[in-house]
Amino acid sequence: MWKFLHKLASPPHFYGLAVRLIPWFAVPGFLLIAYGAYAGLFVAPPDYQQGDAFRIIYVHVPSAYLSVMAYMVMAVSAGIGLIWRMKLAHAVAAGAAPLGAWFTFLALATGSIWGRPMWGTWWEWGDPRLTSELVLLFLYFGYMALRGAIDDTAKADRASAVLALVGAVNVPIIHFSVEWWSSLHQGPTLFKEGGPAIDNAMLYPLLAMILGFTFVFGGLLLRRVRTEVLYRERRTRWVRELVFSAAGIK
Amino acid sequence: MGAYGAYVWTCFALTALVLVICEWRASSRHRQICREIEVRVKALGEKQ
Repeated sequence: MWKFLHKLASPPHFYGLAVRLIPWFAVPGFLLIAYGAYAGLFVAPPDYQQGDAFRIIYVHVPSAYLSVMAYMVMAVSAGIGLIWRMKLAHAVAAGAAPLGAWFTFLALATGSIWGRPMWGTWWEWGDPRLTSELVLLFLYFGYMALRGAIDDTAKADRASAVLALVGAVNVPIIHFSVEWWSSLHQGPTLFKEGGPAIDNAMLYPLLAMILGFTFVFGGLLLRRVRTEVLYRERRTRWVRELVFSAAGIK
Repeated sequence: MGAYGAYVWTCFALTALVLVICEWRASSRHRQICREIEVRVKALGEKQ
């Protein structure tokens, strides 16, 4: 196990592995999203209360789930990088941050658009789920701004890792906010006692979308980390050889 | 979609746009780093 992890942490080995793995994430991801979007838009029946507006769930829930998962990936990687001084872990954290920010923006935007016809408002400042998700977006911005403000990569890694770990306290707040406080936002749909509160005709496209988004996120993360590794290792011989062989230069 | 069509399609279009942007940003950053490394190594080679 340790031997495998040690090998994985080697930048040239990780780079090669990432290049091979990217299509295995991207292709199933886009196929699942294509199926989920088609079935969600045209096959699933309308909701008895929300009508066709409920179909926003097929993009809102996967993006909201990924906004939190990306933060967990970022915080755990930052923690590993900080404790074991593994540069690859910091590269993973740096790669996850912009993706997490995009998915958080998407969750907020689609949630707001969904809220307009259902709640009669685009935004409600007093709502704990909405506010904690907005704090998550600011945490991503803060993490990226901090990394960008420090020229020394090692110092930027350490400072941003501390911020990522401190900000992780927001993750359980986002998850449990609808149970702890009175909220406009509905309670859990999928992960609740007694199983999902949604019919199978609506559930399967949603699961396909969640899985598809996860695969696409994995593929995008590998691409970003691959680039981050290349940048960090730009002075090494293997990177020079790699870039020149890719460009067809001897 | 009835009265909710504009809301639903806007959300799906926005999602597609964000996925395309994420894909494009990942590709363009990779190309940019590769170009920078190429230029740097060529400059070093010419100096030597």
